[in-house]
Amino acid sequence: MKEMLIILFSAILVDNFVLSRFLGICPFLGVSKNLKTAMGMSFAVLFVMVVASAITWPVFNLLLFPNGLAYLQTVIFILVIASLVQIIETVLRKAIPSLYRSLGIYLPLITTNCAILGAAILNIDQQYSFPEAIVNSIGAGAGFMLALFIFAGVRSKVDHADVPKFMKGMPITLVSAALVAISFFGFKGLIEKLFG
Amino acid sequence: MATKKMSLRHEFTKGLVKENPVLRLMLGVCPTLAVTTTAKNGIGMGLAATFVLVSSNIVISLLRPVIPEKVRIPAFITVIASFVTIVQMLMQAYLPDLNESLGIFIPLITVNCIILARAEMFASKNKVLPSIVDGLGMGAGYSATLVLMGAIREIMGNGSIMDFKLPLIGTGTIEPMLIMILPPGGFFVFGILIALAQKLSEHMDKKNPDAAIDDSCAGAINDKTACLLCGACSLHQGMDEAVDEMREKQDKDGGDRS
Repeated sequence: MKEMLIILFSAILVDNFVLSRFLGICPFLGVSKNLKTAMGMSFAVLFVMVVASAITWPVFNLLLFPNGLAYLQTVIFILVIASLVQIIETVLRKAIPSLYRSLGIYLPLITTNCAILGAAILNIDQQYSFPEAIVNSIGAGAGFMLALFIFAGVRSKVDHADVPKFMKGMPITLVSAALVAISFFGFKGLIEKLFG
Repeated sequence: MATKKMSLRHEFTKGLVKENPVLRLMLGVCPTLAVTTTAKNGIGMGLAATFVLVSSNIVISLLRPVIPEKVRIPAFITVIASFVTIVQMLMQAYLPDLNESLGIFIPLITVNCIILARAEMFASKNKVLPSIVDGLGMGAGYSATLVLMGAIREIMGNGSIMDFKLPLIGTGTIEPMLIMILPPGGFFVFGILIALAQKLSEHMDKKNPDAAIDDSCAGAINDKTACLLCGACSLHQGMDEAVDEMREKQDKDGGDRS
């Protein structure tokens, strides 16, 4: 249980997917302009990330690795993720149209989101067991959500600030992202303090 | 012949500054921020991505008549992923140290928006030779940016360049700023570089107004769906509008999304 909590909290706070591992920067910068799209996007990412990890882990450990096909990891994973996104979209549209209305639109966008493939590969690289892999992807998705929410708040402030002309737009957004990333350093010792 | 040469030259040089994939089009940002802690990592990542970019451009441009329109994106991704696997295996065999320091970002070249965007926007519409040149130009622009960023961060954060200790800052007379090689430094240096690239590009447009490109989606990406696949385009045009547009399109398609 303790290991699970350690994995969960380090994925959310210490090794935050966006701010410390630099995965999923495109949506992080792209959809953080308002809180509503940020929410839709991060729920879609969380959902797909967990389902994708739940599928890619057995595919690698039961199918590819025992048969000496570990080198096919990248190709198989991206295909699994792409088809998975397509299937989720179709199922959602037919089964839960209201959820599809709010999440469906973000689904095609996250096929090539590096956070999803990144989470799937990290689970294998770190040699997590299946439950650990699931917890890690929940943490990663939640960390993405947290970073996106905080940053959406920061950006709404920055929008009203008087910024020098050459820094307007993307540059000031990135510099404020740097400040948010610094604030996450505050969590560095958290794991040892809580569980050590 | 002269015009052909000119246009090939244009295909190559546009990737360096005007349509620099990272600084102007904001494609492939994740590895740019993550691996550029040293100039050496920047070179490694740049070359790996360039190799994948050129090879996949060749294959996709050759397969152009064969790939059905509807499944083109999955087909492109499969081609790209195969080349990424080749790079991964080569790196593991011959450059294990570099492979270690680039880590997860080697397999993640697969989902690097630059490669998919060039496949969708250029290779799938052009002959082989221009596609190769386009790949080389974009790759060169990407590598140059990565090396520049890696060099800045390595000098300021570690006091060395290409593992060579610099005088003063490397010997501890001036304390290097550790934060530069940590994640926040990546965001910060990248932000400053983008500001500079904007300024430079503005300056170039003033000198040569005919060559000014549409800034909204920077010329390279005009198909909204492909653009949205990586979400990078949303950086330019605002995600909300893009999402609305897609929703409309989806309603119109009435079910069978390509």
